[in-house]
Amino acid sequence: MQASTSAANASHGEHLLSLYRTMARIRAFENAAEEASRGSVAAFGATIDAAALVRGPLHLSTGQEAVAAGVCANLARTDYLTSTHRGHGHTLAKGADAMAMMCELFGRAAGTNKGKGGSMHIADFAVGMLGANGVVAAGIPIAVGAAHSAKIRGSDAIVACFFGDGAINRGPFLEGLNWAKIFELRVLFVCEDNRYSATTATDAMTAGEGAAARARGIGLPARTVDGNDVLAVDAAARDLVARLRAGAGPQFLHGLTYRVKGHVSVDAAAYRDQGEVANALESDPLKVAAARLTALGVTAERIAAADAAARAEIEAAVAVARAAAVPEPAEAYADVQDTGAGLWR
Amino acid sequence: MALMNYAQAARSALADAMRADARVVALGEDVGHGGIFGQYRGLREEFGAARVIDTPISEATIMGAAVGMALTGLRPVVEMRVVDFALCAIDEIVNQAAKNRYMFGGQGRVPLVARLPIGLWSGSAAQHSQSLESWFAHVPGLVVVAPSTPADNYSLLASAIACGDPVIYMEHKELWGLDGEVAPGQSAPLGIARLARSGSDLTLVTWSNSVHIALDAAAQAAQQGVSVEVIDLRTIWPWDREAVLESAARTGRLLVVHEAVQAAGFGAEVAATVAEELGIPVGRLGAPRIPVGYARTLENVARISAQNLLQALKDLVTGKQRGRSMVQRENEVSRR
Repeated sequence: MQASTSAANASHGEHLLSLYRTMARIRAFENAAEEASRGSVAAFGATIDAAALVRGPLHLSTGQEAVAAGVCANLARTDYLTSTHRGHGHTLAKGADAMAMMCELFGRAAGTNKGKGGSMHIADFAVGMLGANGVVAAGIPIAVGAAHSAKIRGSDAIVACFFGDGAINRGPFLEGLNWAKIFELRVLFVCEDNRYSATTATDAMTAGEGAAARARGIGLPARTVDGNDVLAVDAAARDLVARLRAGAGPQFLHGLTYRVKGHVSVDAAAYRDQGEVANALESDPLKVAAARLTALGVTAERIAAADAAARAEIEAAVAVARAAAVPEPAEAYADVQDTGAGLWR
Repeated sequence: MALMNYAQAARSALADAMRADARVVALGEDVGHGGIFGQYRGLREEFGAARVIDTPISEATIMGAAVGMALTGLRPVVEMRVVDFALCAIDEIVNQAAKNRYMFGGQGRVPLVARLPIGLWSGSAAQHSQSLESWFAHVPGLVVVAPSTPADNYSLLASAIACGDPVIYMEHKELWGLDGEVAPGQSAPLGIARLARSGSDLTLVTWSNSVHIALDAAAQAAQQGVSVEVIDLRTIWPWDREAVLESAARTGRLLVVHEAVQAAGFGAEVAATVAEELGIPVGRLGAPRIPVGYARTLENVARISAQNLLQALKDLVTGKQRGRSMVQRENEVSRR
């Protein structure tokens, strides 16, 4: 009995450590991107710094890693994913290469998008990641279409559709969930609820009982989990994905997390109560997972090694991105359209 | 050759494409019931509900889902019923379909056709009568097509479905019943204009339903000794600059005519290009910048007639269209 419990703990520990590694990689990526984005954009009282390596609005998912890691652990490479403007974590967790991603944030030719999209449009179609999106809720119809296509083509692929709490107040949320349900499509809708719509608390802008209740109103089974507990997200996602693959129709996962950083990297989020932030940091997903790992008998050395490996991987990515070539100006004319290419004015 | 009307020609082109390529699907409100203009009649019976997809009244998701379908291996043909409704899907057209290939660095393609019927139609008033081709011509990534005949509605729709770019396909609602000879199996290249009538005194560039009004006016002008060459642009973007410049250089005058509002209409683009390249007299004729009214008397104010078109081309030939000079205008202002 003793032996089997410890064997089960060891197995749980290894599984959690693997989820922890994903989260640590996302955290390291976000920290490095944040550092490189100082002076990225003139907003929230910040001034522009022409030397900023990451330009433009940078939306960090720091503190929200458990939702990305827990859901994507249950997806195959051939499954699809659509993301939000806060999409680095989803992209990494789906299997994209951190180096190519960092090159994209730095606006390099070797980036996932050849330097044409940056943070807000990060994508890696090769791993089924169909794109982050600069428009709130815009990924929902695209996810639904990818799932509809899979159904028509007889493909087994499922689609994980990530969006934030702000998206549930846009029309495509209603349209997309309804569409997925009437056509019984294989979409796992994931509401990554970080409590904020830009600088406004989403609660104050949302009538009724919120994301899961709205999903149930359209006939989708919906489950709300602690989005900072990666094991809870993983367990829920595993179950919902199994239901999807078994043909039970679209499923809805509502993960409650917290946006530790501001809306964009230069936003200090001074509009919110600092006690609220301090409280949220108590349940930081990496901290929660590390405590659980320790309880499962994983040594502090192994946890520290996971952190160090993540940091080393991202430091290498930054070094490569920093040195990488920028796109040639002529590249601005490539990949616009085939019909009429050359007629630019 | 077969005699078909404009709606039947499009239906036939879509059916042929669906027979030839299993990736082609059609989606939109009521397409399973034949479409409100009959342009999908019989398609569900032949291809089934999985490929001729009736959708909810959810324009944003109809268009957004088509983007998702196109990215993952299908070639969707989207029905928006009238261009006015496509404004509910403007993010999906402009930010998603048009930008996808570019902003993701060429990782994907969006081979979809969005059918956005345009134009004045039987007292349909302000929200069912617009011609918004210039909006879409303005957006990099999109192809914009506006067929004027049954033959072109077959051949251009066939080309649009075969095209790897997102195509905004703008049929004219007053043309659905127009009969004409159609050559099934034939496609017409996108971006190539059609010479609708040869002439030597003036080049009249137009598209969509205005082609028919232009031909009527050109016939009347011929009786009055003015020889008008009529070019049906067919594709608004990329537009056939070469054909227009060649003709305008030969005739020495250009008039662009369209049903859309004249201000910031696509005619301004054509006229400005010809003026820049050739330095010849150019003119434009479009609708006044007013919404389309319901009553016939009001609707007619927004309509291009053969009569006002004839006047515009006579003015251009006699030089009357030349705007008031700066000096004249300054004099008018100082008199106030």
